[in-house]
Amino acid sequence: MSDTSPLLEIRDLHLGMRSYEGEAHVLNGVNLTIRRGEIWGLAGETGCGKSLTGMSISRLITTPPGRYMGGEIRFQGRDLLALGEPEMRKLRGRHIGMIFQDPSTNLNPVLRIGDQVTDVALQVASHSPELFGLGLGASRSQVRAAARSKAIEMLERVGIDNAAQRARDFPHQFSGGMRQRVLIAMALVGEPELLIADEPTTALDVTLQAQILQLLRDLVASSNTSVLLITHNLGVVAQICSHVAVMYAGHIVESGRTAEVLGSPAHPYSQALLAALPKAGVARGQLANLPGRVPSLVHAPPGCRFAPRCSRAVVQCSAQLPASAQLSDSHQAACIRLDAEVAA
Amino acid sequence: MSVVHVPVAAADFVVDTPNGSDNWGRAIYRLRQSWLSVVGLVMVLLLLLLAIAGPWLAPFPEHLLGGINTGMRFKPPSSAHWMGTNEVGQDVLSLVLGGARTSLLAGLAVVSAAAVTGTIIGALAGYLGGWTDEILMRIADLKLTLPGLILAMAVAAALGAGFGIMVFAIALSWWPGFARLVRGEVLSKREEVYVLAARALGAGPIRILWRHILPNILSPVIVKMSLDVGFAVLTVASLGFVGIGIKPPTPEWGMMLSTARGYMPDFWWIAIFPGLAIFVSVLSFNLLGDGLRDVLDPKSRR
Amino acid sequence: MLSYALRRIALLVPVLIGLSMLVFVIGRLLPGDPVLLAAGPNASGEQVAALRAEFGMDLPIPVQYYRYVSGLLQGDWGRSLMSRGPVLDDLRVYLPATLELVFAAMALAIVVGVLAGLLSAVYRNGWVDYLVRLVSLASISMPRFFLGLLLQLVFAMWLGWAVLGGRFPLMGTPPPVVTGMLTVDCLLAGDIDAFWLALKHLTLPAVAMCLSPLATITRMMRASTLEVLQQDYVMTARALGIPPGKLLFKHVLRNAMSATLTVIGLYFGWLLGGTVLVETVFDWPGIGLYATKSILTQDFMPVMGVVLTIGSLFVFFNLCVDLLYGVINPKVRLQ
Repeated sequence: MSDTSPLLEIRDLHLGMRSYEGEAHVLNGVNLTIRRGEIWGLAGETGCGKSLTGMSISRLITTPPGRYMGGEIRFQGRDLLALGEPEMRKLRGRHIGMIFQDPSTNLNPVLRIGDQVTDVALQVASHSPELFGLGLGASRSQVRAAARSKAIEMLERVGIDNAAQRARDFPHQFSGGMRQRVLIAMALVGEPELLIADEPTTALDVTLQAQILQLLRDLVASSNTSVLLITHNLGVVAQICSHVAVMYAGHIVESGRTAEVLGSPAHPYSQALLAALPKAGVARGQLANLPGRVPSLVHAPPGCRFAPRCSRAVVQCSAQLPASAQLSDSHQAACIRLDAEVAA
Repeated sequence: MSVVHVPVAAADFVVDTPNGSDNWGRAIYRLRQSWLSVVGLVMVLLLLLLAIAGPWLAPFPEHLLGGINTGMRFKPPSSAHWMGTNEVGQDVLSLVLGGARTSLLAGLAVVSAAAVTGTIIGALAGYLGGWTDEILMRIADLKLTLPGLILAMAVAAALGAGFGIMVFAIALSWWPGFARLVRGEVLSKREEVYVLAARALGAGPIRILWRHILPNILSPVIVKMSLDVGFAVLTVASLGFVGIGIKPPTPEWGMMLSTARGYMPDFWWIAIFPGLAIFVSVLSFNLLGDGLRDVLDPKSRR
Repeated sequence: MLSYALRRIALLVPVLIGLSMLVFVIGRLLPGDPVLLAAGPNASGEQVAALRAEFGMDLPIPVQYYRYVSGLLQGDWGRSLMSRGPVLDDLRVYLPATLELVFAAMALAIVVGVLAGLLSAVYRNGWVDYLVRLVSLASISMPRFFLGLLLQLVFAMWLGWAVLGGRFPLMGTPPPVVTGMLTVDCLLAGDIDAFWLALKHLTLPAVAMCLSPLATITRMMRASTLEVLQQDYVMTARALGIPPGKLLFKHVLRNAMSATLTVIGLYFGWLLGGTVLVETVFDWPGIGLYATKSILTQDFMPVMGVVLTIGSLFVFFNLCVDLLYGVINPKVRLQ
């Protein structure tokens, strides 16, 4: 696998979710490509489908009530949607790591910290013993010892002092920031190529937020790990992401390098999002607002889902989902108005 | 492994909730959802019907009064005797029907008596608090550690035979459960605004309890009562099995089982049918109780 | 952990005192004058009075209570009219039999119940789930003594697989008494054949006793497992590849056990008092049978002894559950 082929390629992914009212079309043709070493932010408001996208990569969405209606998720060339659960399990932890939002509920309260990290390491070791310097014939106790020391080493790397001793503590004896570090350790102990972080700093206060983001950046830089950082906070995106994808109602409406997208947003939604951010210099009482609501995804409008709220919409917008217009080598936006402009 | 974890996003897509119909409408709707509860309800109603009308429905009512028929001893189930006959020629079906009245009425009586007693004690403990609460609840807690069945048997045996005495003996062991339940409820309702308002207007504790608090805690008490009836019937049958409580010729399922023991395995029907009767009764009440709990107290749903 | 344990154990004392008071009161309230019974129908008034003084029944109540408790502590639990011996001696013989039965029944109930509850929750709404729930409901409703009779009928009389009753075949030689629990004593003595015999006798009554705790344990495990499965940390563990077996039995189980533990502790106590009828059906010489026979002959000292024993053991079992909680859930130790 050469380094230039993408690590992760999501192509035209469609996901339906059964609910009270019917089946909601929650992912509507998601397209995303992540290469090695890239830190992608996946930004959007609550309910746009970004968490679902992240969980789809790890195949954590149960079907039913979910149903993949089309598309593929290619990781290192393999279509993850076609894999069975045992195969996926080999990928999880070892090749794909995940961090979730709330550090106070994501650690098992009755197991020691060290055990929880070691469990992940153990699992990785059983599939890929060479990662810990063990041959195939290693005994169980050797594997366990190696997993344990890797776990402690990882805890130290995420900034937990006295790791060997603190590993014997329980989650309630750790502060929120420390717990998040533990979760990061758990996600990275298997040295995955892709890390999916679902709102990792949302539950933390601002100072901790900065620390954790810095930690993440340092850790992935040294190992060339790719990151998919799911967030609703464009500030976070600006801080550490190399690339960003903006999502609306199940579709990625704009993506590209952070500087390009945040600097010159092309899609009307991205523009509105950025305009709504309070900035220095804006007079009080003048926050720009985006009128309208996210449409119901059970009875979703055909075509561009942003059209009902878009100031630049035309009739053709609602006819079919717009293709992405290529604005530069990495920057693209899904808007037929842009398409016309580019073509023009 | 199908681990269910519905992501938060999906919940956002529930736009409409069903119209807020009145409480009863929703309750009935929920009850209907669980067909097992409906089955329970139907069965309980049938049983109550049998209990009340038993002696008139029995094909051989004279057997209920002690009449015997030595010519028809030990007959297996047939068209004449659906459940066969016992060791003295009595029709088992008639006896079972007659026993329905005894056992079910006794069960209901026990639960009612325990509920009333427990409610009074629990309400006083919860409302008055302080020493009253401490003492009453300590007694209730201690009572719960003692073996209820053995105590009930001892009391009933000591006081003599009879329906009323048996009910009293069993209810003695049953009240602590109700007391604790009611106490908890009263404690939570005690600080409600309408209680404070009543107190401000000068109402005394009895009046407050009776008119304001008790009507609001009826639901959990009724749920517990319905859940307990089945076990009360079981306890009554247990006492009958040992020979305490009801005296012949009044038929009682437990007692029938006890005498039938000696005639197994050849004359199995004498034991099986009364036993099945107990099982079916308890099952029906449990189904109904479960259903009632789901309806009236949905927070405790599985 | 140690301070938590000590605190819990210290709580035992007032409870046991309260228990003895309650039993004392009940004992005095039961009608039937033990003095008259002991004196016999032909005793004269003077003899009765003398006996009354000897029994200390003419002293004020608090003094009687004090004498009662000191008697208890010294091993004087009264005499049984039926066996003509000290109640304590009778208890020493009968209690282990019931304990053996209760432990066997609970072992069955816990192992099967926890597993059934776990699986029922994992395969929620599958056929396993429905089957388990249906069987649970039926189990709770089934009267133990009827079940015992049915088991005897089917397995002993019709199929001839199991044994009808008793603890040990009359012809056999039982092992030397160490704990009083036959199965354990057989193992301690190394007598495997006798062990199997004792086990055979234990099977049916244990099964009859185990159904209702099994049903409740299953229900509780199912409910708490369902709750735990919804937790974020389970999702995280899954996302990081923890295999399902380990996930279930290490990560989920320990969290789901808490509520069930309470029920298990309670059931130990309830079963102790609930063996009465099963012991009758299976001729199992335990305290239930002992109490029943005493009750039927209006012999109340043994009954009080049994009641006190069961109450004390109930409290003791719940203490064990509390201590176990401290081990399983570290947050509890801070309370």
